[in-house]
Amino acid sequence: MNKDKPLKLILIYSILLLFVAWSLYPILRVITISIRPGDNLLNESLAIIPSDWNFDNYIKLFTEHQFLRWAGNSIFVTIVVVITGVVLASTSGYALSRFKFPGREASLLSLLVTQMFPATMLLLPLFIMLSKLHLVNTYLGLIIIYSSTALPFCVWQMKGYYDTIPYSLEEAARIDGASRFEAFYKIILPLASPALVITALFSFMAAWTEYIVAAQILWYDELFTLPVGLKTFQANMNTEWGLYAAGAIIVSIPAVTLFLFLTRYLIGGLTLGSVKG
Amino acid sequence: MANVELKKINKYFGETHILHDIDLVINDGEFVVLVGPSGCGKSTTLRIVAGLEDASSGDLMIQGNRMNEVEPKDRDIAMVFQNYALYPHMDVYENMAFGLRLRKFDDAEIATRVDEAAELLGITDLLKRKPKELSGGQRQRVAVGRAIVRKPSVFLFDEPLSNLDAKLRVQMRTEIKKLHARLKTTMIYVTHDQVEAMTMGDRIVVMKDGDIMQAETPLNMYHKPANKFVAGFIGSPSMNFFNLSAVEKGNEKLDGSSMSLHVPSDLSARVQKEGLVEIGVRPEHFKVSQTETPFVAELEVSELMGNESYLYLNSKGYQFVIRIQESIILTPGSPVYLDFDMDKVHLFSGKTGARI
Repeated sequence: MNKDKPLKLILIYSILLLFVAWSLYPILRVITISIRPGDNLLNESLAIIPSDWNFDNYIKLFTEHQFLRWAGNSIFVTIVVVITGVVLASTSGYALSRFKFPGREASLLSLLVTQMFPATMLLLPLFIMLSKLHLVNTYLGLIIIYSSTALPFCVWQMKGYYDTIPYSLEEAARIDGASRFEAFYKIILPLASPALVITALFSFMAAWTEYIVAAQILWYDELFTLPVGLKTFQANMNTEWGLYAAGAIIVSIPAVTLFLFLTRYLIGGLTLGSVKG
Repeated sequence: MANVELKKINKYFGETHILHDIDLVINDGEFVVLVGPSGCGKSTTLRIVAGLEDASSGDLMIQGNRMNEVEPKDRDIAMVFQNYALYPHMDVYENMAFGLRLRKFDDAEIATRVDEAAELLGITDLLKRKPKELSGGQRQRVAVGRAIVRKPSVFLFDEPLSNLDAKLRVQMRTEIKKLHARLKTTMIYVTHDQVEAMTMGDRIVVMKDGDIMQAETPLNMYHKPANKFVAGFIGSPSMNFFNLSAVEKGNEKLDGSSMSLHVPSDLSARVQKEGLVEIGVRPEHFKVSQTETPFVAELEVSELMGNESYLYLNSKGYQFVIRIQESIILTPGSPVYLDFDMDKVHLFSGKTGARI
């Protein structure tokens, strides 16, 4: 039973609607630009769907540009970064949560310290390192940087989540007949799925939307990832806004879909009922 | 079934010495209860038997084999945890089947064993539920079920009933006892509740500060506690203690601020030797008398249970409790004349606390 007064409800919903409009309007504008003929960024019409709308920009993306190739590059890099992130963060987070070893506190702290530097500040040293390792213009170089920037946060949040899972669960598994590793992947890992989802999403975002590092490391058209590729539509004299907008919409679809799909795993309280709390 | 033997087990956590030279033999099929206040080392002892902690020194033997370096899964033991430790992402059936699957039992055998255990514990209709859909008592049954399906040689229980309400605790106590009678498997049970210890154990091991104070059958421990600690720990309400010093050598008379009493001649020599002694009298061994000898006390609070009464008394600064069968209605501050049977009195050294 909702006991709130109608006036209060109206106010709450008005504010919510305002924020929805606030968030959706820019996206709708981008959609409008993407289906508007020509490269008109600004237009007097406020119509979301212009009268002369068409999908030319979308078709051009795939037929006249290397968009598909860039998408393939981005998907490859992102998948590798997500897998690396999930595998490394889930195992190292477990070690940092469960084992006591010399240097444990120091390594946790040093992971945290890396988060204090803005990515742009690290750009030059990272570039120098990659260049000495002959990893410029390779996906491996990009993957190493993406993984290493995403990992500290992922490790910390995995560790934090493992800390909330009672020790007795894996102790019970070990007495039941599981080895330490079996107890980890059969009991602890399934229970940590909300944290794994966050790790996966974070790694995904770190790789899928990153521009600055990719723009420095990848020099050739055919190596570009989607964000770098999109930027090629922007030139000094003329920007192909229609293509730009269409590309932006396509780039955002996987991210939005993934969020919608994974949110159902982001449920807390999965450990509810296992132990007396 | 198997016997368990702890030989000179020591345990350090960093610099802290938790267990001191623990020697204990638990016989095949025996139900042994480790009991003591928190921090006494009882759970650590159990976890060393389980393999969840390593002993710093000493030997742990199960069925004659040294187990110190053996993984928990290879010790042929099962454990019931205080917080149940059920796997939350599995239903009851899978929780119980988990250990069997790891041991590569075939599905038919698993089904037979789980059904058998579920029937024994009355949880057959819960098999498809997740732990979060169960009440505390049901979860506890599942935890016991998960232990028994494997038919291990030794069962370990780590305060399994302490999260249950009083009524359920009494019920589960009986059920675990019945289970032991039926399975006849060696069981080691840890609790801080002396009532659980007294009612369940074939033998009780009282621990304090990492030492075994006494290992005895419940009745022997109750009637002949090895020292003042055990005497005070076993029995509810606790035993009352009074300081007395031997006076008038040869006169066999003990004197204290609250009372004077004569000890039987066979004890007098030992009492004289100690000089300072403490007498322990259980609450039920006091009698309300008509005369002032040996002493009088003032009533502070009385608790009337119907079938018996607890009187909380004060005699010259000594606070103590007595249990009497009749319901005497007295107002606080009234004098109560007390007597007790010298045969039922326990004498402890004033210096070491050991039984005289």
